[in-house]
Amino acid sequence: MKVAGLSTLPPGRRATVSERLGGPLLLLAAVALTIFLLLPLGALLLGAVRDDAGAFSLARFAEFAATPGMATAVWNTLWVAVVVTAITVPLAFVYAYAIERACLPLRGLWRIIGLSALLGPSLVGAIAFIQWFGTQGVLKAWLGETSVYGPVGIVMATVYASFPHALMILVVALATADGRLYEAADALSASRWRKFVTVTLPGARYGLISAALVVFAYSVSEFGIPKVIGGNFPVLAVEIYVQVVGQHNFGRGAVVALLLLLPVLLAFAIDWWVQRRQQAGLSARAVPYRPRPDWRRDLPLLFYCLLLATAMLGILGMAAYTSLVRFWPYNLELSLDHYIYGLAEAGVLDAWLNSLRIAGLTALFGTPSVFFTAWLLEKCQGGPTGLRPLVRALAALPMGVPGLVLGIGYILFFNAPDNPLNGLYQTLAIMVVANIVHYYTACHLTALTALKGIDREFEAVSASLKVSPFVTLWRVTLPVCLPAVLEIARYLFINAMTTVSALVFLYSPATLPASVAILNLDEAGELGPAAAMATLIVLTSAAISLLYSLVTHLLFRRHQAWRQGQR
Amino acid sequence: MQLKHLIRHFAVAGLALAAIVPAHAEKTVLNVYTALETDQLKAYQQAFNSAHPDIEIKWTRDSTGIITAKLLAEKAKPVADVIMGVAASSMVVFDREKMLQPYAPANLKALNPRFRSAGATPTWVGMDVWGAAICYNVAEMQKQGLPRIESWKDLLKPEFKGKIVMPNPNSSGTGFLDVTAWLQMFGEKGGWDYMDKLHENIAVYTHSGSKPCVMAGAGEFPVGIAFEYRANVVRSKGAPIDIIFPKEGLGWDMEAIAIVNGTAKLEAAKKLADWATTREANELYAKNFAVVAMPGIATRLKYVPNDYEQRLVKNDFAWMGKNRDAILAEWQKRYATKSEPKK
Repeated sequence: MKVAGLSTLPPGRRATVSERLGGPLLLLAAVALTIFLLLPLGALLLGAVRDDAGAFSLARFAEFAATPGMATAVWNTLWVAVVVTAITVPLAFVYAYAIERACLPLRGLWRIIGLSALLGPSLVGAIAFIQWFGTQGVLKAWLGETSVYGPVGIVMATVYASFPHALMILVVALATADGRLYEAADALSASRWRKFVTVTLPGARYGLISAALVVFAYSVSEFGIPKVIGGNFPVLAVEIYVQVVGQHNFGRGAVVALLLLLPVLLAFAIDWWVQRRQQAGLSARAVPYRPRPDWRRDLPLLFYCLLLATAMLGILGMAAYTSLVRFWPYNLELSLDHYIYGLAEAGVLDAWLNSLRIAGLTALFGTPSVFFTAWLLEKCQGGPTGLRPLVRALAALPMGVPGLVLGIGYILFFNAPDNPLNGLYQTLAIMVVANIVHYYTACHLTALTALKGIDREFEAVSASLKVSPFVTLWRVTLPVCLPAVLEIARYLFINAMTTVSALVFLYSPATLPASVAILNLDEAGELGPAAAMATLIVLTSAAISLLYSLVTHLLFRRHQAWRQGQR
Repeated sequence: MQLKHLIRHFAVAGLALAAIVPAHAEKTVLNVYTALETDQLKAYQQAFNSAHPDIEIKWTRDSTGIITAKLLAEKAKPVADVIMGVAASSMVVFDREKMLQPYAPANLKALNPRFRSAGATPTWVGMDVWGAAICYNVAEMQKQGLPRIESWKDLLKPEFKGKIVMPNPNSSGTGFLDVTAWLQMFGEKGGWDYMDKLHENIAVYTHSGSKPCVMAGAGEFPVGIAFEYRANVVRSKGAPIDIIFPKEGLGWDMEAIAIVNGTAKLEAAKKLADWATTREANELYAKNFAVVAMPGIATRLKYVPNDYEQRLVKNDFAWMGKNRDAILAEWQKRYATKSEPKK
């Protein structure tokens, strides 16, 4: 790429600060994403086009196509993802609407419960669903003759697990609205429904599409849930696990991984198409919309939140209950033995401290990187042509990459003897980086959704006033986007606290994370201690979330006062 | 003056530290990759360190599948110095990839000759045997009025329809050893016929070798095709299960130790390999496994019968290695395409 491509300016006009600095900085982000995402993936995916001797060959694709049951797996993966998306996004949208656009008591509480599925390792959901709906399950009758081991279980557990990912984006999308539009609608005495369809939905369109893409990709690439609860229902993500972990055939695993990237390419195309049409919801002249109490709207929404919150707490509660009984389901006497065993004998305490460190660092370094990159993309000009689409593509890529694939790719790339970065391997740093990259997309979309809500006019005005765009970022954009920034930090923290799939290949004896230790306990049949330690993680993440809410509450009072309208 | 004092304090502390540090630095750190259980690791490490206090073991522990995948991915620049307590079937793969350093541990002659790789100098040496077993939930047996199980053939009874869990041989070594044992015991045709009928009764093929017994223990499905170590652990945790060793014969695999080719800590690695073949080590293995590498060590496990060793099938590892891909492909063709779980 020629840097000269930058100077498409008419003669006589000097490049603005935004153009001079924005380009190189964005280039830097692209380089970082290439090193920590594209090259490791490439290291694994190259295996798809190589035969056993290392020569170029397409034989693996032929092998894959000839494997019995693969067409079924492809079809299953797709229809399950569509069903999950069709259920999760509306559920999360109404929930987000209740939080942001109604006057409910205890808004903060609903939000934390809504995100609660993130608080524990994904194992928690799978275990709890088996205990609610499995053969010994309390609510087995609800499923009738259908076994929970199969598509029903996968759909339920995936909807539960992907709900907070969608909620996070939708809350941000609904947080900002121009009150004048609603005033105008009221003045025209538009009906409630008409206002919703013509004002609310279009305003949240970008968030809705992002949320759908994230949920769809989550469902396609998640292998932990179908592995535990999927029974004999073949899906592609499990097929990667079978190839890589069961048969140690990285080449064939790479073929399946490539296949999983196809939906992401599609998603990227849709994203790019929507981006071009999105207009800012919050123009520089906007008056923030502030919902007024209205019991006909608020009461049903309150019931709705109550219902969903009960269901979500019921799932976490089942895990907590399992951690307290001696031997589920035969000895239901309560005891704290599992906690003592897990912390003392199984040594999860050290692992828990490791997880805290990893999660803290992931949030600390991940949040600014993600937000700043999104800002450069959205609000700055400059840089060689093709750079912006490239960064957009790189940011969308992680959502289609199963952690397992990322983990193996990291080993192959960073542990290569001739890689100058191989000192990173086996360190805490590489686990932090892997986490940031793994969860990049949802964070990126959250940041973008928030940034798109702000009129570019702010930048234009600052430019004409000869104010550096960085000052605008610091004085206007960042304060306006503070809710999104904090949301990203929290999201990164709790995901890093609970993730397994990428880290299971990257930890060293000194950096064993708690989530991996818990998976091992479960694997060894120590269901009680596994549930106990998972509950401990849930409590940690919940405590951090609460602490966050308290701190941000004070911050909001200062920076978000404009949201409350004129006083 | 204050500052000077402070500096002097620091200098003294620094000297003291410098005196301590080399003593620590002399310890050789050995990276050992393992699939052994955490409680076993503690015992082995303690015993090894009382003989070799100058070597510090750093364990990387995970399930056999993950550890094997990790070792293969790290092939270009191995992190591990020693692989200990990983299935012989994985060792065969490492051996083929030239990842293992041939070494004859000091005590090799004292071991049962079956417990080593072929060749003049073995590349891996066996530690103990883990073999198939059935976990049968007696509480559910009574509740649901299910028949007794004594043999593999008993599992074909129609009463067990949708009541049996077994590991998927494509993702679990335990599943693979069951399949190969049936093929070796019942013959090629008889073996597949058996599995065809068994498939009718299988509720779920799991992706983990431990899960079937765990699920049987929790009563999810009353019968789990598992292996004896896990069965023993699940039972001692209080699960209402009987452990059954079908009379026709049991599939098995070995846990083995090997030195990684190209390790910088070769001397320390050899010491660990030597220790792993001692009588002391074998007695520790015998606390968890019925059959260990050194003949004549008889610490019987509570729930394992005395003639366990005689029940193991004659395993032909070379045949298993050669036909692995073909067997798994056939299995996939026959049983993986039916997507819906049986009710």
